[in-house]
Amino acid sequence: MTETTHATPGAADADDADATEGRVYNVAGGDWDEVVTADTERSDNEQIVVNMGPQHPSTHGVLRLVLTLAGETVTDARASVGYLHTGIEKSLEYRTWTQGTTFVTRADYLTPLFNEAAYCLSIERLLGIEDKLPERAQIMRVLLLELNRVTSHLGGLGPFGLELGATTIFLQGVRMREKMLDLLELITGLRMNHAFIRPGGVAQDMPPGGIEAIRDFLREAPKLIHDLRTLIDANPVFIARTKGIAYLDLEGCMALSVTGPILRATGLPWDLRKSQPYLGYETYDFDVPTADTCDTYGRYLIRVNEIEESLKIVGQCLDRLSDRASVANDPWLIQDAKIGWPARLSLGPDGLGPSPEHIAHIMGQSMEALIHHFKLVTEGFRVPAGQAYVPIESPKGELGCHVVSDGGTRPYRAHLRDPSFHHMQAVSVLCEGGNLADVIPAIASIDPVIGGVDR
Amino acid sequence: MTTPPEGAPAGTPGGVTDGQETPSEVQVPGQQPPAGAPASDPPVEDQQSLPARLGEERIAEPVVRTGMFGVTSTGDTSGYGRLQVHQLPLPSAEPPYGSYFDEVAQALGSALEASGLGFTGAVERVVVEYGELTFHVRREHLVAVMDRLLHDPALRFEIFSGVSGVHYPDQPGTELRAVYHLLSITHNRRLRLEVSTPDSDRHMPSVTDVYPAANWHERETWDFFGIIFDGHPALTRIEMPDDWLGHPQRKDYPLGGIPVEYRGTKVPPPDERRSYS
Repeated sequence: MTETTHATPGAADADDADATEGRVYNVAGGDWDEVVTADTERSDNEQIVVNMGPQHPSTHGVLRLVLTLAGETVTDARASVGYLHTGIEKSLEYRTWTQGTTFVTRADYLTPLFNEAAYCLSIERLLGIEDKLPERAQIMRVLLLELNRVTSHLGGLGPFGLELGATTIFLQGVRMREKMLDLLELITGLRMNHAFIRPGGVAQDMPPGGIEAIRDFLREAPKLIHDLRTLIDANPVFIARTKGIAYLDLEGCMALSVTGPILRATGLPWDLRKSQPYLGYETYDFDVPTADTCDTYGRYLIRVNEIEESLKIVGQCLDRLSDRASVANDPWLIQDAKIGWPARLSLGPDGLGPSPEHIAHIMGQSMEALIHHFKLVTEGFRVPAGQAYVPIESPKGELGCHVVSDGGTRPYRAHLRDPSFHHMQAVSVLCEGGNLADVIPAIASIDPVIGGVDR
Repeated sequence: MTTPPEGAPAGTPGGVTDGQETPSEVQVPGQQPPAGAPASDPPVEDQQSLPARLGEERIAEPVVRTGMFGVTSTGDTSGYGRLQVHQLPLPSAEPPYGSYFDEVAQALGSALEASGLGFTGAVERVVVEYGELTFHVRREHLVAVMDRLLHDPALRFEIFSGVSGVHYPDQPGTELRAVYHLLSITHNRRLRLEVSTPDSDRHMPSVTDVYPAANWHERETWDFFGIIFDGHPALTRIEMPDDWLGHPQRKDYPLGGIPVEYRGTKVPPPDERRSYS
């Protein structure tokens, strides 16, 4: 432990820093007791300001919280973000519309497919091809989104257990999530950052054996969920740490424009899949779980119930895909030579690439196909001028992509409205007045991912 | 490899695209035509000659770009060198707007009437495109409009979905835009507001008094575009470091990057590659 007076909080070389107020302790770890003793001995002021993060295991990435403590009580909580800003939105302006999917997928890395879907749906609105999307593409998108919703919730719940000190919850969550990431890898080729949903459809068809693999998982899933719920639902420690913690009622949610599980935990069944359906969600049979406790436990229950509802939708998607198995030449990408990515990918000895049939077609049979391939891959398609915003229900709330086109082959501006970013504003309301230990469940109940917050 | 070789003959058709045209390269269709541009609505009796008339009007619009796509400095022999791209007229919708849009406009109009401000006094332009409704609001009336949108029972846009800045360097007087997305859970409706400000006077009223959730979004827009939201409780940078200079999402802020070597050749950074827009 080192100690300085009147220096900028957190400055390593505190002597050189600009003077502010108070005494600064640089804690290296394991000497917390010394700090408390030293401070109580000297100070007549009970307030301590603690910097939690940006490198703290329970802050879901590089989130920094500035907490003012009076004893154990948090009197002031401020979230500070920006440590993971990577300029995704700026980079998008220098890539074609199709290349943009590889960037947005890296924003909120627990919901990559949702980022892609929000981005592509907005582009498709500008292109005017919303109602020309192939049926198969829509089903595949819903299937992937719902699988991703489950992995995102599991990626939130498992580490939440770890943050409360329960390693088994974490392992159970990760076990189920790994199985699902294997499925996503089977379908898209990647566990995360898929860039699989493309303007006009999806990149590839369901691979052989894909439907069976997902069905096998769906048979296994109820037991996995049961194991997880057995560990958590009635766990007295979990209940003590979550019930009544981070209370935010409907009025508070409205004042802060909060959406997603936090809003549904107040009893309002607001889910864009039901209220403003996209991708044909109105044709699927599922419920919107709600709770009326307005607290962290209610948000947990909603998430775990949503996992079950999502798997129900996945089952319906599989049925529809199986029904369409007999449809000849069922496309998964829009059949518009001016928009749809030309190459049909196939796995060769040197990896994934354009299929030999496609190469034979463009090199030997059709000059137009070659021109389209060349123009689409090098230049990209043009998107009519204008702006669009198509929000979707991500696992964390309303996720939308505001895209502006100047009529060119690149986004003039693309802005991801990320729910994590928006909900981080609620941290003060959720934490202030509570215990320091309750900050961690409060943050976890927002389920923020800093990749999405900072973009 | 992306730029044509230097020293192309000056007499080629591409010679008309000299460096002076560079600023208009990122011109956006759908922007303010300068004063004196002809009105775009032909009277009904002129329907016969509509294509010819529209063609003449299009030619009368100012030229925003000449020459081939993506080539600014050297000539080309493709014949595209004399291509002239004309500006599109400003999109503007007249009532009826269709869908629920008329109800929103009327409700907002009567709500503003009560506070002594008419609909046209606050909203300078209405755009209905791609099934979405956009009100272009005069910035001095933004807070009044937002207040009515939130509190009027016929409007009730409870959810503030965020601010997205856009920079149009080639639209003098309206270079910087803030785009607000609103959602009404009560009526299940969406609405977009767009507010513009000249680059020389980057001020805009903050709506944090009406929608507290605008706080971080306005900080982000200040950080990335340099729009100053007057009345914001703590307008500081949010994503960039506190001591950062410049506002990175502006079009005049470079992307940066270095050339990457790959198998004996060099791939230029993204902002120096050929663009086709």
